[in-house]
Amino acid sequence: MQIHITSNDGVPIYVQIVNQVKHLVASGRLAPGEEIPPIRALADQLLVNPNTVARAYLELERAGVVTKRHGSGTYVSETPSPLSRREKLKVLTQRVDSLLVEAGHLDIDLPEVIELLHERQEVIRREAAKAAGADARQRVPANQTSSGSKG
Amino acid sequence: MKFPSPSSAEAVVAITDLFRRFGPKTVLNNVSLYVPRGSVFGLVGENGAGKTTLIKHILGLLRAEAGSVRVFGLDPVADPVGVLGRIGYLSEQPDLPGWMRVEELLRYTQAFYPNWDMAYAEKLREQFGLAPGARLKTLSKGQQAKAGLLAAQAHRPELLLLDEPSSGLDPIVRRDILEAVIRTVSEEGRTVFFSSHLLEEIERVSDYVAMLHQGHLVLCGPLDDIKAQHRRFMLSFATPQSKPPVIAGALSVTGAGREWAVICNGTRNELPAIVTALGARIIEEQAVSLNDIFVAQAGTATTAETTSSV
Repeated sequence: MQIHITSNDGVPIYVQIVNQVKHLVASGRLAPGEEIPPIRALADQLLVNPNTVARAYLELERAGVVTKRHGSGTYVSETPSPLSRREKLKVLTQRVDSLLVEAGHLDIDLPEVIELLHERQEVIRREAAKAAGADARQRVPANQTSSGSKG
Repeated sequence: MKFPSPSSAEAVVAITDLFRRFGPKTVLNNVSLYVPRGSVFGLVGENGAGKTTLIKHILGLLRAEAGSVRVFGLDPVADPVGVLGRIGYLSEQPDLPGWMRVEELLRYTQAFYPNWDMAYAEKLREQFGLAPGARLKTLSKGQQAKAGLLAAQAHRPELLLLDEPSSGLDPIVRRDILEAVIRTVSEEGRTVFFSSHLLEEIERVSDYVAMLHQGHLVLCGPLDDIKAQHRRFMLSFATPQSKPPVIAGALSVTGAGREWAVICNGTRNELPAIVTALGARIIEEQAVSLNDIFVAQAGTATTAETTSSV
């Protein structure tokens, strides 16, 4: 789990951890059921106070992003996080705002931006499908070799 | 200035109305602070603010002129044995006997601490890359700091006390120092008190922060609270302003022309009305870093002092 902490912009460190874990989960870099590092390990890695990491994990647990299993560790929740729709839209609104501001600076109008969104959506979908296909293909030969060696 | 104190039963260090003068100069002026067990407590302030003097009181090297200092509930001046054996201390310039070799330093320091853990000391020595046979005076500044850090923590002190440990050191040694802080506080019930003017470090690892300015405690509390209380507002005026707008309760006002930035502490609810009365509007509200807060607070305190002395 790669998290980057900065002390320059005034955002509390536990909020930075919470946001980045949410982002990693939303983007699929952390899969449902995957274990996230123990508090002390992450504190060591990021050089931040363990209490800060503990607080971030508590927030994430409350938000339903991760689940603590007693005596074993903290895992990304299997069910999608029950963030309220309003909260989800709030996260997205910030991104949309910066996108629109940037587009304005670059003199690209709204219809063009929307067209680009559709285009990218298509690209991402194709890549995801390709990755899933490659995954499936990789598994098949592995099975074949093992059965082949048996015979 | 008074700050809410946690119950003194949980305080590893309890300082009440500490007052100290050197000659005509007041170095600590009625400072009260409590360091809760299991926390990292960061002390900030510019050079000469009184940080080292405060730490010397905790170590019992200086006697309180007025007020009281208790460490683990004990008076460090009356009971140095009861206090110092449970503290690990590293100063800005570790005062190491230069003729000693690293291995001799370990054995020598061990003699002072019943809880000294030689296996742990060896592990740290290897991790820090200190050759056992190297004489301390031949070590670089960074290596000397590491040797000092090793001597300060191999007895697993209940309280790790660091006075400007990172000043003038390279990022790698600073990382070792921060790791020591985190390692200490990761173990149940152990506490770290450290002073630094590297606010980025304080912000990373501290639970509590206190800010000394010319002997006065100007801020003290949980870091998250302090950060939540301070905000930067960007104001936009209809016409360019030739001088900074006067805003009651603002810690700092900076800018030029139509846009001004205001850092406030706690007066946020009143700000919109004040701003509207000035014919401006708030265009943005931002979180501020500890560094910004520090600069703003130090600036106000100086201004207040100058005004009151006039």
